Amino acid sequence: MTIAALNSNSPPAILPGSGGLRGALSDLFWRRPKLLLLLMLLPPVLWLGIVYIGSLFALLLQSFFSIDEFSGLINREFTLKTYGDLLQAANLDIILRTVTMAALVTLASAVIAFPIAYYAARYARGRWKALFYLGVMLPLWSSYLVKIYAWKLILAKEGILTWLLAKLNLLWLLDAWLSLPIVGGNSLSVSFTGTFIVFVYVWLPFMILPVQAALERVPGNLVEASSDLGASPGQTFRNVLFPLALPGIVAGSIFTFSLTLGDYIIPQIIGTSRLFIGQAVYSQQGTAGNIPLAAAFTVVPIVIMGFYLWGAKRMGAFDAL
Amino acid sequence: MRSDRGQSAPLGLKIAAACGLLFLHLPILLIFVYAFTTEEKSFVWPPPGLTTQWFAVTWNRPDVWQALSLSIRVAAISTAIALVLGTLCAAAVSRTRFFGRETISLLVILPIALPGIITGIALRSAFALADIPFSFWTIVLGHATFCVVVVYNNAVARFRRTSGSMIEASMDLGADGFQTFRHVVLPNIATALLAGGMLAFALSFDEVIVTTFTAGQQQTVPIWMLEELIRPRQRPVTNVVAMVVVLVTLLPILLAYYLTRDGDQIAGSGK
Repeated sequence: MTIAALNSNSPPAILPGSGGLRGALSDLFWRRPKLLLLLMLLPPVLWLGIVYIGSLFALLLQSFFSIDEFSGLINREFTLKTYGDLLQAANLDIILRTVTMAALVTLASAVIAFPIAYYAARYARGRWKALFYLGVMLPLWSSYLVKIYAWKLILAKEGILTWLLAKLNLLWLLDAWLSLPIVGGNSLSVSFTGTFIVFVYVWLPFMILPVQAALERVPGNLVEASSDLGASPGQTFRNVLFPLALPGIVAGSIFTFSLTLGDYIIPQIIGTSRLFIGQAVYSQQGTAGNIPLAAAFTVVPIVIMGFYLWGAKRMGAFDAL
Repeated sequence: MRSDRGQSAPLGLKIAAACGLLFLHLPILLIFVYAFTTEEKSFVWPPPGLTTQWFAVTWNRPDVWQALSLSIRVAAISTAIALVLGTLCAAAVSRTRFFGRETISLLVILPIALPGIITGIALRSAFALADIPFSFWTIVLGHATFCVVVVYNNAVARFRRTSGSMIEASMDLGADGFQTFRHVVLPNIATALLAGGMLAFALSFDEVIVTTFTAGQQQTVPIWMLEELIRPRQRPVTNVVAMVVVLVTLLPILLAYYLTRDGDQIAGSGK
């Protein structure tokens, strides 16, 4: 203001401040960038810190409480009794079943995802590239429940899969598979096989994207050099492509593994009556009203994922995300 | 010399990739056929006949409309909150390096990295401890928490591409901080925010796992569908709703893709 007033005949070298509260604030933020940073960080950190971390902490705390078996009331004293309950054979069964399923789903997703990711990364160009990208994104973002519902339609006894197998005269194959122990059942929609297929279907896009990202970074001439040096396509895959894609596969497996560990809706709608971790948590906190045991159950996937992420980080999976 | 990039893929790879994509898409297409079936009691294939009567039946169902209205309101408010929080966080993380920066990123990603059931039960037990009754706002609280990450991802990617010298130039030319934000920063990140907002909307509209823990007796569209899946009342209505849900979520995703396609193809990475 003063400069402009003094030299009113020549244009000011420094523009006047815009004045008012707005100008003062603007100047303050310019002089103290740390203050601006703090103000920007405060709302999200407060929200996530209080709502999310706060709730998580409260949950973990409750896993150290126990439930009174006679009154059903929660006894708010520090104890490890609930974790002892977790180690009962029935609960260990649930944990083992869920982890096995998660591992199988991850393996199958990787096998199915690889060709799609490899084609999209190396051969698809221009329009096709966009098509592949959308082809993965659309199923990824379409409604989770609708996807499960679609599989209920497909796997139902009177559904399209049975119809297709009947047309191909392969019904005996389905019957033989369903009569197997563990994986079989009355129909595919009430068997572990059905649960497995739906898990793979729903999480597959989460595997494709990071594998594709990893494969995009493999120079094409590496593959050519390998075949120039006389490697068969299989050898090239084993010794060149696979090791380079591995961080991507591990990154994708974080999603497929973690999502399978925590899901309780898919095994409830398509599957047997034997529980998975998610279902156990749900029924413990709901009908059984045993919040401490439910909380202790949620610690299992957190611990497993903690180790998983630690291992993944050592394999360089986070660079592929 | 066969080192040209235009070489075509081996047949086996083509077939495997095509089968993979078909596996991803055919089940969703099947929903569209079932919406027109005349069969009421079972999921029989092929449909005995085709009809459009179920669209009228669905149109006249008040419970469907209530669920839809609740879902849209929750998604709109959660998206608005997520836009503010996500943008602030992205701006802070991308323009400065400070102690605990990695922790902030982790904090934002955590609600989506941990299984939804953990977020859900944690919120529910916190509500129970604090004696907060279930309401519209308890649903929003949960949804906004995991929607922040999609806005954040999109905004961070765009900030990374936006050169800091533009902001300095604006300041040098005499604009104050607010003017710079309004005329330089905002136009640069607008499409990324729009894309992030659309994805957040789609994510919230579709969320079921956390919602079952925070909704109480209220029904959003996914909760309504889950109820129908467990205890079917009128299967054809479920078919129609499923088809509509696919179409409704399709649009924002396609739009988000077109808004962010040049350069940063990061729109949905890490749902």
